Amino acid sequence: MGQKGKCEVTTQTQCSKKVEEIRRVCREVRKNVLVMIGTAGSGHPGGSLSCVEIISTLYFGVMRVKPEDPNWPDRDRFVLSKGHAAPTLYAVLAEKGFFPKDLLPTLRKFGSPLQGHPDAKRTPGVEVSTGSLGQGLSMAVGMALAGKLDRKGYRVWVLLGDGECQEGQVWEAAMAASHYKLDNLAAFVDFNGLQIDGRVEEIMNPSPLADKWRAFGWRVLEVDGHDVDALLEAASYASESPGAPTAIIARTVKGKGVSFMEGQREWHGKAPKGEELSRALQEVTKS
Amino acid sequence: MKATREAYGEALVELGREHPEIVVLDADLSSSTMTSGFAKEFPERFFNFGIAEANMMGAAAGLARSGKVPFASTFAVFASGRAYDQVRQSIAYPGFNVKIAASHGGLTVGPDGASHQALEDIALMRVIPGMTVVVPADAEETRQVVRWAAAHDGPVYIRLGRSPVPDVFPQGAPIQPGKASVVKDAKGRGFGEMRPGGERDGLDADVAILANGIMVSKCLEAWELLAAEGITSVVVDVAFVKPLDEKTLLELAGRCGAFVTAEEHSVIGGLGGAVTEFLSENCPCPVVRVGVRDRFGQSGTPEELLAEYGLTAEDIAQAARKSLELKRAE
Repeated sequence: MGQKGKCEVTTQTQCSKKVEEIRRVCREVRKNVLVMIGTAGSGHPGGSLSCVEIISTLYFGVMRVKPEDPNWPDRDRFVLSKGHAAPTLYAVLAEKGFFPKDLLPTLRKFGSPLQGHPDAKRTPGVEVSTGSLGQGLSMAVGMALAGKLDRKGYRVWVLLGDGECQEGQVWEAAMAASHYKLDNLAAFVDFNGLQIDGRVEEIMNPSPLADKWRAFGWRVLEVDGHDVDALLEAASYASESPGAPTAIIARTVKGKGVSFMEGQREWHGKAPKGEELSRALQEVTKS
Repeated sequence: MKATREAYGEALVELGREHPEIVVLDADLSSSTMTSGFAKEFPERFFNFGIAEANMMGAAAGLARSGKVPFASTFAVFASGRAYDQVRQSIAYPGFNVKIAASHGGLTVGPDGASHQALEDIALMRVIPGMTVVVPADAEETRQVVRWAAAHDGPVYIRLGRSPVPDVFPQGAPIQPGKASVVKDAKGRGFGEMRPGGERDGLDADVAILANGIMVSKCLEAWELLAAEGITSVVVDVAFVKPLDEKTLLELAGRCGAFVTAEEHSVIGGLGGAVTEFLSENCPCPVVRVGVRDRFGQSGTPEELLAEYGLTAEDIAQAARKSLELKRAE
């Protein structure tokens, strides 16, 4: 972990206020994600709930963006490579003010800007279209190269799934990112340990994941992906790592926040209904 | 005689001087795709991604999203096949402004054999919504198409060839990218001898021969063969397989009523596919397709391969005779 902590330029009070605010956002996002998927009747709650802290921390504690000007040239970029966690991205973007929150319940509905997987053409704040796994990091490499070429100070953040790291293209992109010394690029891996068919290590073991990223020339951090303080600190380290991109392997729990979804692979791609939804909402609201 | 890939490389350097937003990407084939000239003059705007085409296409999408105009080059088999999903998902679905310039299309790759001979690339690219698909006939048309593509906002696939091809268009010819070009009319007038929009009577012929890429010059040879038999034809370069110049096709359907298509590609899904689809819905008339009949390629010289796969001037003439027979039987 870097020596420079999250509170380097802020006072302790400001810092804890920021963390408190992010935690509030996370509670709101969890609730909205469940309502959205419940209303849609389909979607991916498990992997959406595992990355709530990561995406919320980026948008509310790290990235410079202008919701009223989503294509502001100097903005920091976020690429949701694991596109099936779209509900979390949408809930965070709405919370940030990129579009009205009342759009959220239209997720996956005909005519909605909130497609089942992110669609850059339809949704303000969505940088690229993802959903076919393995492609986001390459697009982020292109954005980071453009940033270097234009001598802009923006940073590019990516969120990958752990199962997604089974895609070969991820490693093509990883190689290119360190080759071109893209220190304006950082990738989180949402390491929740589960994929559709079962445990990631049983289906096709990507471990040792940290060693793999290191071997591809990346700086690597391993953090608790639900600990906002730790995520802020990791992002701060990644922002001050000259000469190389940073991979942040975030240990997470699939379905985090809903007891009956936590660590259960059947909640990868199933919507909660009726009683399940009410119970889930109760749990995330009081947590 | 010049290969279209060479003209592409030269055009890139010219455009690079005018447009700082143009960047060029390659996947370890820059001396074959001819992006090496750009790399030499603009090293900071050239990115070699190594033998990793999927990543190259994704990075091109990211560069386009950031306001650059990327030209991504590799062989046509890899651009359309290996990286199909990236072209579809990362580039075309969000409508990003990426130009895919794919060299070594078709059989005339020659001795490298079937693994390197793209005969399906036009079909694969044409079926993607919003993708413009262009197969220029010679160096001059390539130069103009590349220039057009740089100015056009949206994804474009340009197919280029390995082997030198005869010049079809004079230098500086007033080609209108997107429009079909009559390169020889029934009266024997070439492209340079016709006023744009004028002298349409030269389009009254027994048969219209539509072609692109290297096949355009083969069709000009076929024109002579047919003329010697008293069959009049008009040879039209349809570089833009998508979007098709429907207006010209309808005019030719009215004036000729019989077609041949000729392409260095499978008869399935390419120019022949596009033309028959359009005509059957709008003005049904005979179309006989010259192209590869559902086979893979193989090693050989370009001329040996064109003969083996039925892509010679005589094959085109034969197709014209058949089309004319079908028209007369109607």
